[in-house]
Amino acid sequence: MTIASTVLLMSPEDNCVIAPTALRAGTAVLIDGTPLLLNQDIAIGHKLARVALAVGDKVLRYGAIIGSVTQPIAAGEHIHTHNLASDYIPTYTLGQDGHHFLAKDSAP
Amino acid sequence: MNAPLPIPQLSGYLRADGRKGIRNIVVVAYMVECAHHVARQMVNAFPGQPVHLIGFTGCFPNDYADQVMRRLLTHPNVGAVLLVSLGCEGFNKYGLGTAVADSDRPVHTITIQENAGTRPSVKSGVEWIGWALEHLAQQPKVPMALGELVIATICGGSDSTSGITANPAVGVAFDTLIDAGCACIFEETGELVGCEYHMQRRAVTPILGQAIVDTVAKAARYYTIMGHGSFSPGNADGGLTTQEEKSLGAYAKSGSSPIVGILKPGDQPAGAGLYLLDVVPDGEPRFGFPNVSDNAEIVELISCGAHLTLFTTGRGSVVGSAISPVIKVCANPLTYSRMADDMDINAGKILGGEASLAEVGAEIVDAVLRVAAGEASCSEDLGHQEFVLTYKQFTPVGPGCFPLRAA
Repeated sequence: MTIASTVLLMSPEDNCVIAPTALRAGTAVLIDGTPLLLNQDIAIGHKLARVALAVGDKVLRYGAIIGSVTQPIAAGEHIHTHNLASDYIPTYTLGQDGHHFLAKDSAP
Repeated sequence: MNAPLPIPQLSGYLRADGRKGIRNIVVVAYMVECAHHVARQMVNAFPGQPVHLIGFTGCFPNDYADQVMRRLLTHPNVGAVLLVSLGCEGFNKYGLGTAVADSDRPVHTITIQENAGTRPSVKSGVEWIGWALEHLAQQPKVPMALGELVIATICGGSDSTSGITANPAVGVAFDTLIDAGCACIFEETGELVGCEYHMQRRAVTPILGQAIVDTVAKAARYYTIMGHGSFSPGNADGGLTTQEEKSLGAYAKSGSSPIVGILKPGDQPAGAGLYLLDVVPDGEPRFGFPNVSDNAEIVELISCGAHLTLFTTGRGSVVGSAISPVIKVCANPLTYSRMADDMDINAGKILGGEASLAEVGAEIVDAVLRVAAGEASCSEDLGHQEFVLTYKQFTPVGPGCFPLRAA
């Protein structure tokens, strides 16, 4: 039996938490005392949902809004460009094929 | 409450304008790309010596580039200047030479077309640089107070750890340095989108607060027209999802001191305190992105008098700069373990609970003191002297922006 990994909460009002180290799929993280199973690897610094989030919800980190939810997110699920978008300027990223694309168009 | 600073034993090179340098370098500046190779050949003759290469690539003149170049060539870390001109370019080498001469620095111009081409020009340049180095070696240092330092900060290759470790640690260091009388500069309003109202509350006057909000709105509009925010693919790989998330992390570098003024490139801080540098051009977008790469911003910070720059990175930037040393603060412990030679400070240990923000902040202040006293930073030791100067346009800051002192 493995012990659930702890995560970082930057501010009490946040609805996301941060992986303080690389986390492995199949292991558990402890979010607000509840162990949740990870269904994918999570890289250091990446965000996980602290609670279930609906489309249009604002995600808070450091107690401040960092964008709007674009896909339903379960508690403990990875939050990134596939389900969160900027309220200011779209995020572009670079695919393995060298093609720049709008992050919201990328596959989860 | 910050821990009291030890009394630093700093000394510097006194310049005619009263400022003091922590380095005493010969700068070789090419006036157009056509003179770049000749200038580089001159610099290459002095490996390991304080001879730095900078320049402007374009043939067309530009008021911003002229102003920034004047500020760089009369920066306190600069002891002597060699201008290298092809001969037909538009850069105002005459005005530049006069400005440097008026600052009581040795200055010489070599015009390649009047000097029989590449080989004779390189030979003349090498002779002059050799003379200048001997001249500078005889210059004594004088005592320098910590409060005479101007310290800048920038982040590059940010990831999600940047806003948790390195950036707030630099903020702690900034608070300490400002308390000690330093002017500290943070920047990139395009990377402060989302933080404008928080910054407004930290401004020392309402008019400055409104100017901060306006300058961020200018940045958001400019980047929107350009089609890309100040956000790279590596930022997303590192767990940052949106511009405002990156901004909030970047903003932590500013610490908690009141914001006393807004600078534009080439403006000099008027005294101790925290300044915001606005690097986004005024008017309609004309020449391209405000910050083509991190070194363009570092050059602008140096044009505001920065003696050294605290550079935070999560993904792992390796750059340094011409003219002023760069101190690397690595946010991500995995990056640090891969690239330790390039990093002065391992702020990532905060994530593992091995150090507190206050402790890493104190480490950063200690590194500032050591590098200011002459110790080479990692990027300096590795020979990094990157330099970027582009075309831009600015109007002067408004009356409420500069200069204001904290109460």
